[in-house]
Amino acid sequence: MPSIAKPRIPLAPLAHNDLGLTIRDYEGAMSTLCAGCGHDSVTAAISLAFFELSIRPRDIAKLSGIGCSSKTPTYFINGAHGFNSAHGRMAAIATGAIAAQRGLHYIGVSGDGDSLSIGLGHLSHAIRRNVDMTYIIENNGVYGLTKGQVSPSADVGSRPKKGDPNVVPPIDPMELGLALGATFLARGFSGDKDQLVPLIKAAVAHRGFALLDVISPCVSFNDHEGSTKSYRFFREHEVHEIETDFVPQRAEIRSKISSDSARAVTMHDGSVMYFRALPEGYNPTDRVSVEAYLAERKAMGEVPTGLLFLREGAPDLHDMSGTVSRPLADLDLADLCPGNDALQRLQESFR
Amino acid sequence: MSTAPGVNDFALKLANVNGTGSASANGLLMQSIFRMGVPVSGKNLFPSNIQGLPTWYEIRVNGAGHTARSLEYHLMVAMNAQTYAQDVASVASGGYVLYDSSWPLDDDLIREDVNYLGVPLAAMCREHFTKNRERILMKNVAYAGALVALLDIDLDIVSTLLAETFAKNEALRESNQRALRLGYDVARENFPCPLPFRVEARGENQDSILVDGNTAIALGCLYAGATVVGWYPITPATAVMDNFIALCKRYRRVEVAPGEWENNYCVIQAEDEIAAIGMVLGASWAGARAFTSTAGPGISLMNELLGLAYYTEIPAVVVDVQRVGPSTGMPTRTQQGDLLACAYASHGDTRHIIVIPADPHEAFEFAVAAFDLAERFQTPVFVLSDLDIGMNDWIVPSLTWDDSFVPNRGRVLHDEDLANMREFFRYAHEDDDHVTARTLPGSDEKGAYFIRGSGHDRFGRYTEESGAYLQVVDRLRAKHASAAHHVPAPLEVRRPGSRVGLVTMGSCDRAVREAIELLAEQGVDCDYLRVRAFPFADSIRDFVDSHESCFVIEQNRDAQLKSLLTVELSLTPASMTSILDYGGFPLSASTVVEAVLAHQEVH
Repeated sequence: MPSIAKPRIPLAPLAHNDLGLTIRDYEGAMSTLCAGCGHDSVTAAISLAFFELSIRPRDIAKLSGIGCSSKTPTYFINGAHGFNSAHGRMAAIATGAIAAQRGLHYIGVSGDGDSLSIGLGHLSHAIRRNVDMTYIIENNGVYGLTKGQVSPSADVGSRPKKGDPNVVPPIDPMELGLALGATFLARGFSGDKDQLVPLIKAAVAHRGFALLDVISPCVSFNDHEGSTKSYRFFREHEVHEIETDFVPQRAEIRSKISSDSARAVTMHDGSVMYFRALPEGYNPTDRVSVEAYLAERKAMGEVPTGLLFLREGAPDLHDMSGTVSRPLADLDLADLCPGNDALQRLQESFR
Repeated sequence: MSTAPGVNDFALKLANVNGTGSASANGLLMQSIFRMGVPVSGKNLFPSNIQGLPTWYEIRVNGAGHTARSLEYHLMVAMNAQTYAQDVASVASGGYVLYDSSWPLDDDLIREDVNYLGVPLAAMCREHFTKNRERILMKNVAYAGALVALLDIDLDIVSTLLAETFAKNEALRESNQRALRLGYDVARENFPCPLPFRVEARGENQDSILVDGNTAIALGCLYAGATVVGWYPITPATAVMDNFIALCKRYRRVEVAPGEWENNYCVIQAEDEIAAIGMVLGASWAGARAFTSTAGPGISLMNELLGLAYYTEIPAVVVDVQRVGPSTGMPTRTQQGDLLACAYASHGDTRHIIVIPADPHEAFEFAVAAFDLAERFQTPVFVLSDLDIGMNDWIVPSLTWDDSFVPNRGRVLHDEDLANMREFFRYAHEDDDHVTARTLPGSDEKGAYFIRGSGHDRFGRYTEESGAYLQVVDRLRAKHASAAHHVPAPLEVRRPGSRVGLVTMGSCDRAVREAIELLAEQGVDCDYLRVRAFPFADSIRDFVDSHESCFVIEQNRDAQLKSLLTVELSLTPASMTSILDYGGFPLSASTVVEAVLAHQEVH
């Protein structure tokens, strides 16, 4: 829940989703982040996305590492189990949880330091394994909790609040994802809820690792003149030309989506992602075309947002491991233990 | 302490070049003696290398059942010219050297007090085999054949074993049998077979198996119901996972449709040990039984997350097959150097449960127990094995499984439990063992909580208040202490009138027990206590207090067991004397006997 207290009695009746729940059921504790922090907007978008998807809170598990962004899972969906783990290790911990309990929707929230610095290895391998989860990087180019050091996503020349401009080239999680064979890559902006909520919904519906890079300015340490992750800079340099709509499996296709001009990609659960108003020559399912587009925009100093790349149907961790469809955590010893007769027979080969 | 070898009482050492196929020939001899019903052990002393460096294998045959490493070799099979000098020098006076006489031995390798058995192995194999690789490999089986004749090992048993080993490859089966016979016949024609020391069949191993600890631990994890594994390859623990995967392929596959198989397990080869333990924590949090296996360097890497698991109370089973440290150390040598690193792994005040098996049989049982302990106490549990247990074949009693076994999954609340509760708090309402109930992801919203490695109160809420913090960490301390009543108890063997106590742990067991018999022959009666777990039982303090002199025998430089006993049981350091053997090889009884006697003389 963002840092402004909500009235106990709503001013207007709250809408209900298909489960009869209101947005209040998808909110969490009061945020302790700085007023105006981009992360609070992302928190609100996550709440709204799950509310609109009508997913039961108990069917959601939320994980994080360490950092400002990693505090946020406590600010949304109180009824979901949460795991605020160790710096950089969330992807590994999520991988184990998903291996054990495949019946839940997993959402990981991380930051650019947590994911691209200390946790880069785990993030990379979770992408390779196509672990079925939504992984949000709340990207502000700065270490907030330790008060303003540059992060690995800071652009060359970007000026921190104190000290010299950054001279080390940044890691772009979208380029990284393409290189590693990611199956869902999207970039959003904490200041654009209309774009962000459908992106989160699509990420949740995606079967496999959905990497969502959300530019989320740090008002305390990286929102000044000379920063390339400030609200102003990003609004000036964002290119919002990949228009997408997410239509869940059960929803009617409403008329505002002009399906004739759109490229539709059906997701594994039957939901459909409509790509509208794509730049010329852009194919969101073709890695080479996406790479070329991103490189071109980067050279122009622009940052494209939207669902940049999508590959449905790729095997996920469980497909690659050949695991049973029933969650491993739900199996009883009777399903797992071969018993004494088998042990005695096996030991014939130990003689 | 030199003793004359005899029937079913001798040791031989085989010096080879690694990567030449000697391991299977040496194992063949050891297994054949086992099948003859005679107590035997094989210790593989191998380099951290794939091909070309010296490697040794020791076989000790002992009718009395003493199978710890012997330092006295009555027969040396010198197959490595690089190490001839040291190998010849290490044979006991009056012993034998079997060497490849295709080339003459240098004069300076000739000792007056040993007997030389020259077998032209290379020449024989060149004559009888055509392929180069075969000529090298078959030299091993040929010397094995010569040893079969010299030591009176049952040729039929060896031949049968070879046939079993190569059941699926007729060409190899035939060439191996031919090489075996070549060596056997040459020895019979040229030497007085058998030698004065030899093997005589007994019926002792009927209820025993020959197994290494890594296999036994994998079996324990299989039987305990482990389903999720994160691991990273490392010597000497890798075979735990090789075996676990092989066992899962055999026992954990389910046919979901005709010809369509799915796995009741998920083994993930992680990007590093940090990820490996991270996966274990994630899976355990989600309610599965999960484990990882590693060695010292992996424990070092896992430290941060072990602290997270300790503080947030997540079960985890960590198998540590110890090798020589510090740093990379000597990866293929054995040591017990990780005890302290495991006991207090991670920053801040942490303390963990450790179970310490002595041999593969206990390794199987303790691996099973580790999962129950981890879930009962919601905390990491280490299975502290070592390279000697893990990678050598041991004769141990056959394993049995109680089909009525019900695992202890600890205090877990499910929907029906939550329905009767007004509110759920993760770290409140402790039981007699100071354990609180947990819920699993996916449970009713009432049971949802937010795990955090940051300061939390007993309700699971973030806190920076001293009192609320202390409440949780003081309970953790009490919980750990409580586990002392649930871990494997120390094993004691008393001899009437003993005034000396020998305390040890793990794979030192057999050497120390043998030492006790040897010391008794010298008039020094000793009681025995083997520590099998941490936290320690109070009975260990009583044992130390009740002996005039007490020795703590362990395989590390810094007396880690003695230190831990001193600190945790409030013993005075002077109440115990250390016997430390940490050069990287399995302990032998003579080391213990000499140290105890030397100490007795001084005092």
